[in-house]
Order: sequence, then structure tokens, then C-alpha cells
Amino acid sequence: MADLRTTFAGIRSPNPFWLASAPPTDKAYNVHRAFEAGWGGVVWKTLGEEGPPVVNVNGPRYGALLTPDRKLLGFNNIELITDRPLQLNLQEIREIKRLWPDRAMVVSLMVPCTEAAWKAILPMVEDTGCDGIELNFGCPHGMSERGMGAAVGQVPEYIEMVTRWCKQFSRLPVIVKLTPNITDIRLPAAAAKRGGADAVSLINTINSIMGVDPATLTMSPVTGGMGSHGGYCGPAVKPIALNMVAEIGRSATTAGLPVSGIGGIGNWRDALDYIALGAGNVQVCTAAMVYGFKIVQEMTSGLSDYMDSMGFKSIEDFRGRALPTVTDWQYLNLNAISKALIDQDSCIQCGRCHIACEDTSHQAITSTKDGQRHFEVKDDECVGCNLCVTVCPVPECITLRTLAPGEVDARTGQTVSANPANWTTHPNNPMRKPVAA
Amino acid sequence: MAIAGPQPTSTAAPVVLAATTPSAPPATAPDIRPARLPAGHYVQAFADAAPRYSRSQALVEAERCLYCFDAPCTTACPTGIDVPSFIRRIADDNLRGAARTILESNPLGGTCARVCPTEVLCEQVCVRTAQQGKPVEIGRLQRFAVDAVMDQPISTLLPRAAATGQRFAVVGAGPAGLACAVGLARLGHQVDVFDARPKGGGLNEYGLATYKTAGNFAQAELDWLLGIGGITLHTGWRLQDAAQLATLRADHAAVYLALGLDRVHDLGVPGEHLAGVRDAVAFIADLRQAPDKATLPIGRRVVVIGGGMTAVDAAVQSKLLGADEVHMVYRRGPEQMGASQAEQDWALTHGVVLHHWLAPEAVLGAGGHAAGVRFARQRWADGRLQATGTHETMAADMVLKAIGQKLDAALLAGTGLALQGGRIQADDDGRTAVPGLFAGGDCRLGGRDLTVEAVQDGKRAALAMHAAWAAQAHAAA
Repeated sequence: MADLRTTFAGIRSPNPFWLASAPPTDKAYNVHRAFEAGWGGVVWKTLGEEGPPVVNVNGPRYGALLTPDRKLLGFNNIELITDRPLQLNLQEIREIKRLWPDRAMVVSLMVPCTEAAWKAILPMVEDTGCDGIELNFGCPHGMSERGMGAAVGQVPEYIEMVTRWCKQFSRLPVIVKLTPNITDIRLPAAAAKRGGADAVSLINTINSIMGVDPATLTMSPVTGGMGSHGGYCGPAVKPIALNMVAEIGRSATTAGLPVSGIGGIGNWRDALDYIALGAGNVQVCTAAMVYGFKIVQEMTSGLSDYMDSMGFKSIEDFRGRALPTVTDWQYLNLNAISKALIDQDSCIQCGRCHIACEDTSHQAITSTKDGQRHFEVKDDECVGCNLCVTVCPVPECITLRTLAPGEVDARTGQTVSANPANWTTHPNNPMRKPVAA
Repeated sequence: MAIAGPQPTSTAAPVVLAATTPSAPPATAPDIRPARLPAGHYVQAFADAAPRYSRSQALVEAERCLYCFDAPCTTACPTGIDVPSFIRRIADDNLRGAARTILESNPLGGTCARVCPTEVLCEQVCVRTAQQGKPVEIGRLQRFAVDAVMDQPISTLLPRAAATGQRFAVVGAGPAGLACAVGLARLGHQVDVFDARPKGGGLNEYGLATYKTAGNFAQAELDWLLGIGGITLHTGWRLQDAAQLATLRADHAAVYLALGLDRVHDLGVPGEHLAGVRDAVAFIADLRQAPDKATLPIGRRVVVIGGGMTAVDAAVQSKLLGADEVHMVYRRGPEQMGASQAEQDWALTHGVVLHHWLAPEAVLGAGGHAAGVRFARQRWADGRLQATGTHETMAADMVLKAIGQKLDAALLAGTGLALQGGRIQADDDGRTAVPGLFAGGDCRLGGRDLTVEAVQDGKRAALAMHAAWAAQAHAAA
């Protein structure tokens, strides 16, 4: 059996699956049930400063992008940070940590951007016995209008400043949660690192409007006839998050900074994506909100079986293994030639590959042969773009075959070279570098 | 214990052929009576065989459609409905658009969705079968879309062209006639539709099993189609001779004959006219028109002779009326049956016993009433059907004949129409040998006698009749 234990930013947990700071981690009742189900850790829903708690809307907080059979692709919320009294939350955190000492208990925080505010809350949090704190610099709605959440996360100098205060006034590991609503994720990540962060977690939710009600022509969802942009998450955001995780891992200034991956993790494959791109663990919310806490058992089972089948003893055995395969476009090998290949035995003759290629790409797939319905790749037109593979409803029916060196590319008439060559030296590149002799 | 199946007759006690020889009084009177089953049974038994999809069922099924390029289902549909488009529109919550796609190709899309043998048409070629062993349920999706808009005037879906002031005549208000009438009405013409029966709809109203078009659907669809405007339905009007047709021709720009086939083939065997022997078409028509199925008499043992869909409809409904035993007997093998595999399965699941390779030889009687049928076993040899020399007899209280229908050729004498194989010769656009006379549906030579083919006939004929009129008008100008 593979060992799923992780130590992330010095925080130990029995598996890499944590519940993200969100409604599922708002109170003892939920967190206790989560730990019973098997979650490795939680990030307690964001606490604000002492005083009257925030209030939430009394209408819909959530919206979703659904398939016709109502599978959830994307999820949107306008909920704020915890609306329960600070002392009640702190008391429950203390109790739960005492009951579940082997689980990671991280507390999410968001207070005004003043040294005094952070200085006030940090000792109270540390006193609960929790394992670490996560700074919520990502919440994109409501709190950001009050100068917190994403309003901080969008200004690297603020990130650095607040992170430094936290390291100064607390002994706890500090995880900085980043907003994706910025132009370059490397800048806030670098700021967190300069401020002394032990780790970053990403992504928080993406600014979003789910749609418009066609009958009322109001945005959706609305409360009292009006709506506000929410934060978008769920399966649809994973590719965006993965890119940001990889960017941080590839950047010289932030490489090696521990990353907790967040965004659209619904199964072990999703977790694998993040970990192989360098994340030390993952955080989950949407999948739990759709299926309940038991879903973690499918995640740990899948990841464990995968690791066994690959011979990985621990998470560290494959963490970051895919990161070196991510590069800039200019370094891609332009001498690697692929052609689509349709397996006629498994082809069901739907013709989607043909019409996609014919209408929108390279006219490289037939629709008939000898007067019969027949779909076949024309190697002399195919550029190996992968569109047909993508639209084919049959798994593995269309594959891309990479030509071996020495083969002739029927499209260009040129023999495939064994030597890689990229844009940096390509004759069409006016900025090309001289090729080494 | 009832006799369960065919009994060899070679050694059995002979049963006298009643039609030719008066028989001795039967030991027991034929057991034919109504209300064999508890009163509450009938409504359930004759209810919708495949109820309308719920919205969520429709959305999930619609999602299975791959929106194929040059879709095989569309090619397989005799009316050429753009199936991927209408299914996509269901998925997009655009039910009016879905229905319009269907109705533009097939104004009787509601009926066809219910009665088409989709397993040998669109669904047979669905590519999902190759991948998942199960086609997209196109027929049920089609029903979902059409049913969804039937509370809205059809004129909002199929608008009419500007009025031409021309009148056309259609004889027969079945699927072909109605499709032709709707097609002509859409082109701006006035149409007189004549039908011999008290109600329009033809076989939709009188010829289909109740559970296929439950809820008085045929009349609902007819009324809805007539809402397009410009169509006048004249019921109780029967075409009887050439002179009558000539008058019709003189009063209209063109005449479309969609007469159907109103005569039933005889078995041509002794005993055929005994009491208790009925033609299945009339049996089905009675069933359709009876508000309370419990009032319909049915035999304890029923033998249905024939292998087509009418035979299946008669056999299954006999069972539903409470017959203990129903035997459906066909003279050839299962592959040659007119009823599709799905229809045969439907019969089997309702407890009908199917027999093949048995040709009726005589209806046996007792006391002037049918008591059984003797069959001669057949085989295929030397390229033709041949009797093997062995015989089998089935006891029956009721015998239903469903071996096909034919045109009453006599009433077309003197019209100049050419007949072949008992049907009117006409091209695919319905043009006959007589200018201004068009023909289609079951009375036209060719095709498989499917409702959907009749609709296509009517649709094409409307265009051809319009084109002929327009060409003439143009030449006159």
C-alpha cells in the first residue's frame, strides 16, 4: 500500500486531501463529520476580526454551470467569510483539533489591512492549537469591496506586508492563498515569498457571472431582483489553476515554494495533475459540496491504487515529475511531426471528425471512399492538431502518431529529422539565434 | 387445461367443415364474451405503450445524440427529418424550434413518432448502437418535441403563403391525404379533403392499436393540423365512380387520391364466412372507436392469421381484452414477416404465441360458428413456398384475418388510371397517367405501407401539384 501521508509547510496530515476554506469547514459539526469521512485536513472557513460578524444575503448564494443531465461543471458563490462570532469559531477549532490530533487544522484569516488588526487576531488563533494559518487574499466578492480578500491579493506589496506581519506576530506556518484575478500569478507568489510565507495555495475563485434568465432578462442568480458577480470554481477552472501552479513552479523566484493546489479537484486524477505539477497537497470544496464528505474515500482509494500500480511509495515519489515537461512555446520541437490516425474498427461513423476538420481546420479527413461513408485522415493535409481526437466520441478511436525520424511528412514532403529544432533558431524567426555549428 | 398450441390432426377426431357441410351442434358453444377481465383492467391495459418523456428524460436522451455529420438517421427517415437538429434543439430548450424542424419535413410527426418502426428506420442506423449497443431513442424524442407544441396553433410554426385562390381536392383523410392537404395549405391554396368515414384520420384513427396513439391522439392531431387554415374536411363522402371523380377534377386545380386500401384479402379457404371469423382491420377499428373496451366481445381462444403489423395489433389487443390464448400464425418464416422484430417481441411479451410456416387450409366449424383452423405446414423449397403434406389444427373461438388489404379496383374503372398489382401506378411525386390526378399513400404502387411513407407521398405530391398548377398559370400568363 502506498503511503499517502504528507508534510506540507511543516504540517502533517494522513493524506493530501484537505477541505478548502469554505462552507464545508464553517463549524465543528461539519468538520467533525469531514474527519470521520477521512479528510486529511481542513482549512477552517475564514475568520474575520472580533466584533459583529458579517452578514450574508438571504437569497441564493450559489449558481452553477450544469450539463443537460445536471452534472456540475462550474460553481459560483457569493458567500462571505464566516458569519459566526469569532470566539465561537475559535472555541470549536480548539475542540476539534483536540479530538482529531492527527489531522491538519489550518485556520483561514481575513482582517483589515492594518498591523493592529493582524496583531490582535493572531495570538487568539494560535492559542487554539491549530497547525497553521492561511491568509485569504483571494475572496473576489463582497469582502474585496471592503479592502480585504482579493483587494489585498491584487497588490503584491500588500501581500508582502501582511505576510510579514503574520510571520512576525505568530509562530505558525503561513500559507498565502492567491487570487487568480490578476495578470501574472508569479508576482503575488513572489511577494508572498518575500514576506516570508511558508507556502502559497491557489487558486481562489474567479470573478464570474453565471448567466441571464431568459424570461426576466436579469442576471442569474439574483437576490431581490439584483445580482452581483461571484467567485467561480469547480471542474471548469482546473486548467486555469494548473497553469498557475506550474508558472510558480517554473519561475526562478518562486520555484520550490510549497504550493497547495486548489481548483476543480473531484477525483484522484485531478489531484495527480496538481501534485505532478509540483503541488504538495490539494484542497477541495466543490466536489464535497456536490457529493458530500464521503467523496474523499474515492479520492484516496484512487490515488493509492495509482501509486501502487506505478510503484510509488510516497507522494514525494512523483511530486513535480511533470513540471520539467512544461516549457515556453518557443522551445517546442518543431521537428516533431504528428498525424492523426483513425482506427476503422472502433470508428462508429458519426463523422464529427470530418466536419470539425472540414469546416474549421485543415480539410484533412475524408467523408466518403468509393462512394461509401468513410472517415480517413489525409496525411498530406493533416497537421496533427488534435481537434479530431478531441471531438471523437469514442475513446482511443483517433490517436496521434508521431512520425519516426527518416519518415517523410506527406504534407510537406520533407523527411523527419532526428534533431530537435525550435522557434529560437527557425529561419522564419527574425529574432532567431545563430545555430551552433 | 386448455389446448395450448397446434395439434396434429392426422389422428385427431375430424372436425366437419361447416361452410360446406352442416355440422352437428357443438358440444360447447363458442366462448366469446365481453368483460373477461376486471373492469379496472382495461384503461391500464390500453394506455400509452411508451409514455411521453419527462423533460429530464428528454434532456438526458438528447445528450446522447452526437450531432452526426450527414446523419444516417436523417437519410433513413422517409420524410428526411433533420434528426440531429431537432434533438439539439430539445437539448437547447428550444422546443418550438425542434417541433418546427420535425413538422416542416413531416406534418404528422406526432403520429410517426408513435407508430414508426424506428428500429428499422432512423434508430436502426444510429451510430450510438455501434458504440453503446443502444440507439438514441429518436421516436420518443420526436414525440416529446411535437407534443410540447400542440397547445399552440400550428400556424405559428408552419405559416401559410399568401392566398392563391386555387382549390385542390384530396380524397382520403389518412396520413397521405392530410400531409398533402397541409402541404397545399402551406403554399396558400384552399383544399377540400373528402373521407368516407365519419371521422378523418384514416388508419391513424381506425387502423392502429389503441396503445400506440392513446388519448384520442389521432383526432387531436387532425384538429391541430386543420388549424393551419384553408382545409375543409368533408366526412361521410365516399368515392364511388369515375363520373364523381371527373366532377371533382373539374371543380379543382388537381385531385390527390389517397384512398388507402379498404378491402381485406380473403383467405380463400372453406369456412371463411363462418360466424366468429372477422377481418382484423374491422376488429381494430371497433377497438379504437369503443369508449369502453370492456364492452368488446373477445374469444377465449383467438387465432390471428397474418404476419404484419395489423396482425400484431390484433393479436396483442385480443390478449389485452382478456383472451386466454392468442396464436398468431404466418405462412412464412420470421424473417419474412411484415412485423418488425420489435413488433414480434412486443407480441411475445404480451403472451401471444407466434407460429411460422403454417398456411390456413380451412376454418373448421361447429354449429355454424368457427371452432378452429386447420393449417398446412409449409417450407421453402425450389425457390417457392411448398406444402410439406403435414397439417396442424388450432382450436379457436375467434379467427382474425390479417393477410393484407387491397384497393377496390372497381371504383376506378373508367378513370384512366393504370393499376398494377391492384394499386395505382404513379411516380414518386404522385403523378398518374391522368393529368391533374395524383395518387399516394397505400393505394399507390410501391413502398412498405408505412405511415411515414404515406406522409412523404403526400408531402411530395403537394409540391408537384403546386408546381404543375404554377407552370400552367405561368404558361397562361
